[in-house]
Amino acid sequence: MNIAVTAQIARNGKSKSVHELFVDETDRKIIQATQCGLPLVSRPYDVIAESIGASGNEVRQRLLDMQKKGIIRRIAAVPNHYMLGYKGNGMTVWNVPDELIAELGPRVGALNFVSHCYHRPRCLPDWPYNLFAMVHAHNREDALLLVDEIANLLGDADCGHDILFSSRILKKTGMRLLT
Amino acid sequence: MDDLDRNIVNLLQTGFPIIEEPYAEVAMQIGITEMELLDRLSRMLEEKTLTRFGPMYDAQRLGGAFSLVAIQVPEADYANVADVVNSYAEVAHNYRRDHAFNMWYVLATETPEQIGQVNREIEQRTGLKVFNMPKLEEYFIGLQLQV
Amino acid sequence: MKVRLRRPALPEQALLDEQDLSLIDLIQVGLPLTATPYADLGKLLDIDEREVISRLQRLSNDKVIKRLGVVVRHHELGYRANAMTVWNIPNDSVSKLGFCMGQFEFVTLCYQRPRRLPDWPYNLFTMIHGRDRESVLANIQIIIEACDLINIDHDILFSTRRFKQRGAIYRKDNATKTVS
Repeated sequence: MNIAVTAQIARNGKSKSVHELFVDETDRKIIQATQCGLPLVSRPYDVIAESIGASGNEVRQRLLDMQKKGIIRRIAAVPNHYMLGYKGNGMTVWNVPDELIAELGPRVGALNFVSHCYHRPRCLPDWPYNLFAMVHAHNREDALLLVDEIANLLGDADCGHDILFSSRILKKTGMRLLT
Repeated sequence: MDDLDRNIVNLLQTGFPIIEEPYAEVAMQIGITEMELLDRLSRMLEEKTLTRFGPMYDAQRLGGAFSLVAIQVPEADYANVADVVNSYAEVAHNYRRDHAFNMWYVLATETPEQIGQVNREIEQRTGLKVFNMPKLEEYFIGLQLQV
Repeated sequence: MKVRLRRPALPEQALLDEQDLSLIDLIQVGLPLTATPYADLGKLLDIDEREVISRLQRLSNDKVIKRLGVVVRHHELGYRANAMTVWNIPNDSVSKLGFCMGQFEFVTLCYQRPRRLPDWPYNLFTMIHGRDRESVLANIQIIIEACDLINIDHDILFSTRRFKQRGAIYRKDNATKTVS
């Protein structure tokens, strides 16, 4: 199975000003009506509009605006990767020199088997890793090969790494936005 | 999953139009009827081949604070500590991982201050130190699994 | 691979048409050993794969088919370890979740039994296979994630030892619990 990658890299952080990310009452209603999924009917946005007392055009416009602001990443289907045979899903962690992480982080994130990539603070002395990348493979052995690929990319900037597989899911509740 | 299902999933991972009749549009691109597309989507969601289909919201941009937190839990205490951590509504996910840092939980709170508050409480109740690792920077790529 | 099936004594409510009867006759001797057994059954009956599956599901739900199971020589498949895993599933979700679990190749039996309360609250039985004990446990976690079973109570029975896992239990009261 191949994994394809979209072209977009979004640098998240404090760069957006607060007012750009403002959502009003109607936006909130739209979010609540759609956070579990889009209705599977011919005119889904009209149905949402009906349920919140707005017009179809308004709902569509607001969704487009939220997409532009990055509040909605995209409207899309999320496949169940376990169902598709991806059993080797691991959290790889890396100790990358601070002055290099801004350059190398996005490059690791762009690898076609990495789904999430974050810069997080170290917790010395026990936890020296500051770059976290989730990798997906069909099994653990293949996941270890992916670790090698990242290590190759980082070269000398790899000052230590590890991969943590989850062995048990202890709790998982859907995040309810705007209760 | 047949080939048509695969085409649908691959196409719909890239995005979905915000127009009056979006399913008809996508169905036309694939060469099937709108009814068939809705039927298959419905079945794949029911069978859990698809986890979800809809707008993917960036929870952080909607406000609120998030953090990833890890604990090194002695084996003898593991079940009890899991119960303590799980008891907080602010803990959205909690996973065991194979490592000395063997418990990893995601906190989602309304304010940044609450992250610290929940972590302090967990420390008090468990007697263990928690390691807070909020995201400083995100290198986000839309991963798509070609099925 | 042999399909074991009991021919009706029909429950009163079950209505079977010609296709149902033909389907039952066909699967009594075994499922076709092909990559797409249901599609191939469908070809013999001039109906499509989805209809075959949906008829079989309905026949199971109506208890016309009491048990659709396979006998597998799992050692030969490289699965040396296995565990009977039992689940306490809300009644209205059993067929949906059973179907979901049954999609994985390391699940070889999946059937429903009545609960025997209060000691035995489990109503869905699965046999989970793996290369070794660790793989079996990992496969169980995969089913939990894939089929969204995190809040479902379950118990795992390896052939010689009983290995208990609790489903997630939430305590509503934050304030009073301390770790002993």
